[in-house]
Amino acid sequence: MYSMLKLFNFHGGLQLPRHKQVSLERPVATASLPEQLIYPLQLRPGVRLTATVQPGERVLAGQVIADSEHFLATPVHAASSGVVRGIVDWLAPHPSGLPDHAVVIDTDGLEQAVAPMPGLDYRHETPATIKARIRQAGVVGLGGAAFSTAVKLNPGPNRVIDTLILNGAECEPYITCDNALMQTRARAVVEGALILLHALQIGRCLIAVEDHMTEALAALDAVLAEVKDRRLSRVAVPSVYPTGGERQLIKVLTGKEAPSGGIPADVGIVCQNVGTAAAIYDAVVNGLPLTWRLVTVTGKGVARPSNWLARIGTPIADLIEQSGGYTPDVRRLIIGGPMMGFALPDDVIPIAKASNCILAAALSEVDVDRETRACIRCGECANACPVNLLPQQLYWYSRVNNLDKLKQFSLFDCIECGCCEVVCPSHIPLVNYYRAAKSKTLTKAKQAEKAAIAKRRHDANQERKAREQAEKAERARARKAALAAAKQQEQPSES
Amino acid sequence: MSFLLICGLFVLFGILLGFASVKFRVKGDPVADKIEAILPQTQCGQCSFPGCRPYAEAIASGQADINQCPPGGQEGIEALADLLGVESKPLNAEFGVEKPKRVAIIHEQDCIGCTKCIQACPVDAIVGAAKQMHTVVANECTGCELCIEPCPVDCIVMEPIPEDLSNWQWPAPVVVAKPAAQPDLNVQHA
Amino acid sequence: MKFETAIAPHLLPVNRVDWVMAKVLLALLPGIIALTVYFGVGVWVNIVIAVITALVLEAVLLKWRGLPVVPALKDLSAMVTAVLLAISLPVIAPWWLVLLGTAFAIVIAKHLYGGLGYNPFNPAMMGYVFLLVSFPVPMTAWIAPTPVAGFDWTVLEQVAFNLGLGLPEQVQFDAITLATPLDRLKTEIALGHPISAIQNAPVFGYISGKGWEWVALGYLLGGCWLLWQKVIGWQIPLGLMLGLALPAGLGYLLDSEQFANPGFHLAAGATMLGAFFIATDPVTAATSSKGRLFYGALIGLLTYLIRTFGGYPDAIAFSVILANLCVPTIDYLTRPRVFGQRS
Repeated sequence: MYSMLKLFNFHGGLQLPRHKQVSLERPVATASLPEQLIYPLQLRPGVRLTATVQPGERVLAGQVIADSEHFLATPVHAASSGVVRGIVDWLAPHPSGLPDHAVVIDTDGLEQAVAPMPGLDYRHETPATIKARIRQAGVVGLGGAAFSTAVKLNPGPNRVIDTLILNGAECEPYITCDNALMQTRARAVVEGALILLHALQIGRCLIAVEDHMTEALAALDAVLAEVKDRRLSRVAVPSVYPTGGERQLIKVLTGKEAPSGGIPADVGIVCQNVGTAAAIYDAVVNGLPLTWRLVTVTGKGVARPSNWLARIGTPIADLIEQSGGYTPDVRRLIIGGPMMGFALPDDVIPIAKASNCILAAALSEVDVDRETRACIRCGECANACPVNLLPQQLYWYSRVNNLDKLKQFSLFDCIECGCCEVVCPSHIPLVNYYRAAKSKTLTKAKQAEKAAIAKRRHDANQERKAREQAEKAERARARKAALAAAKQQEQPSES
Repeated sequence: MSFLLICGLFVLFGILLGFASVKFRVKGDPVADKIEAILPQTQCGQCSFPGCRPYAEAIASGQADINQCPPGGQEGIEALADLLGVESKPLNAEFGVEKPKRVAIIHEQDCIGCTKCIQACPVDAIVGAAKQMHTVVANECTGCELCIEPCPVDCIVMEPIPEDLSNWQWPAPVVVAKPAAQPDLNVQHA
Repeated sequence: MKFETAIAPHLLPVNRVDWVMAKVLLALLPGIIALTVYFGVGVWVNIVIAVITALVLEAVLLKWRGLPVVPALKDLSAMVTAVLLAISLPVIAPWWLVLLGTAFAIVIAKHLYGGLGYNPFNPAMMGYVFLLVSFPVPMTAWIAPTPVAGFDWTVLEQVAFNLGLGLPEQVQFDAITLATPLDRLKTEIALGHPISAIQNAPVFGYISGKGWEWVALGYLLGGCWLLWQKVIGWQIPLGLMLGLALPAGLGYLLDSEQFANPGFHLAAGATMLGAFFIATDPVTAATSSKGRLFYGALIGLLTYLIRTFGGYPDAIAFSVILANLCVPTIDYLTRPRVFGQRS
């Protein structure tokens, strides 16, 4: 149970100031019901849902309001009862800051709910039933990626899974929602792990927690001592950013590297966030869809930082208000942590399933108006890179848009963790360059694909026109020939 | 002796070269193919050639310049210059100007179902039948504008493709020169 | 409430170019103090001339190239180049030599290649080599270290001499110069004398030369502080020292009367300055960790070869420039394996 596991290192990484205590000092509280709940219809890039409710329709808590046939899609459920105001354009929790279609519900305060799905005794259910329930309950990865959990549990017939990793290594500064979850709901996390082991039909689960989270470790240990299941072990991992990155955590725990361009299942591992495990427990045993989550509201820009149990779809402004409002020196509003989170243009944006932290950062906490200097090739970036890339080369090639070279230097293996940029003495916005270059590469590929289709269609069009022309000419020739033949037949009779 | 050796070497290399020229002969016109791969396949004819392939062949044979493709824009010209090893140059305005990507939209209430646009479309992206309303398959439309002119009731307009979450791109960095931020000394390399 | 957005990471940066450069300057102090103690205040005159020349030329060039002047001057990179060149030159170098070398370093070696970050060769060493091949006589005229000097002159007299105002009456130019230990060793070995006999000369000290070994110790101390401050990595200094000491050790074992011992090589001439301050110039060094080890070793090896078999008594400058040439190849050959990819 207490793992004597040999741990491994990954290259680079940083020891960052944690800033975690501020949001852990107050107990987890339940956020009040907002006047409106907003559910954006883009789940993750490329996965769009269709609203299953009509404007004016009354919905109950737990009712499906949007879904899609897409294999990566999971349904979205209303978190409270109310009337659908409409499917409107609303600023999305997305780095673009663009509006997107969203289902907006005017809550009625009655908190009426549909009857929960029947609780399952998972030990007697097939893995397929459990996975179906996980999808039905709208469970997605709560660590930030919002990837469909049910899909992740189906690694395909060619991959043999032997280990489940529960990721409780919350490595980014400020974020404490997983820590708070393990302190308050360790039981649900452990039960979730058991359900996952059953669904995957495997016998080994590692629960990874950063070594400084003593309370969370103690809470987990207490439950594990009670459960006494030899398949589960919890591991304290060193707090080096980005240990909580899926691939980095797998490396630390097993020494294995998920292949570039592949997935962790290629090395026999499925990785889930601890919050996801708790959501699975709620879905399978209690029959509850995913409509609530723990979210950290923190930073020097908010008066009373703490963790909130909040309805998904709650506008950020509501959570900020319940946390005592903004302080005068608030400067930037970030979803996620200071390393990988994205800044929001407005606080009317709702929290989504993947929103783990609202960081209201003060001027002293964030980098504003930096002055960029020339790269002095110091190589600090390469030392810090957890993927062992050469950030400097990527920077040069990004600047001149040399996409072929960027591919050679493995741009798409970059996890955008930000380590290189934080250590750069010249304050070059490296990650920004990489993201732009990635976007550009993807757009170019899309354009090339479109051009290829256009060319095919044009060729077909030309071919068809040529054929029609030829047929027309052939018909004309045949008519002429027939006419000539008829004339010839007429002539002898005349003579 | 050495004279014979050199003669022998000449013969040997001659045979090798002859063999290579037969064995590694490239079929078709590889340069035109590579040029065509760079062209945007809009098939708009703005370059004065009837489609991207004819323009590619004209460039390959030296009959056309590389700066006649407005949809390909400056980026396309750079790529062509790179491929052909010639100096890049600005787009020749005679053939049009670079515009953001657009798609054709048919105002369906005004459409009389004449099928003229259907015949003009180089990629068969307009569907409809005689006396029936027509519509553009937006996904297949290349934005060539060839359908605009034939329409007798001017019911086709070009609309810019709006930026949304599906086509949004991370912007490239903007470098600002302002006083440096105060570094945080608590971060250490692992 | 509305907010300005920005792209992650939002965390404040932890390093600054000007801090890095300032630390390098600070770390040079122990060595410079040792130089002052053993060779007089001339080094400070050189530093002042070099720094003023560098800053003025840097400002003029930046202005001329249409680049922001003040931020680039504040990054202290021109100052570091100037100081490195100034302390490499003979302490009694005439003022125009310092000025010319600095001008070459800043104008030709730095800005002609595109300025900070783009220059393939170490500017200070380019300046040094330019002077060495153009003006070999003043470039090899080193002043005798204080313990063996048969003369005495005031600080003012020293400054006046460096500024070209001539020597005080009681001092002859020949009397103040003395071949450096490396120079002397080279000449005497060429004459067929055994090292044990050569090293009895008064210019030699405990390990290398009188005064020289203390200067080396000063640079070593400063270098260790830079290591501790993580301004430089251990790879280049260690590589350089190993690249020099291993072949020196081999030679010493083969024939200790023909080849000086590794300790001598490490403590003599510009070895320590080169190992910790010159070869570690990030702009012109290899970038990967493994590459930096090779890069350092190459400089060490070249230094040994030139010192022992070449035409110059010391060779750090030549070796650094030759190694700069190899950097693209070293970088190409030492690309690290990306996480999740096969090697």
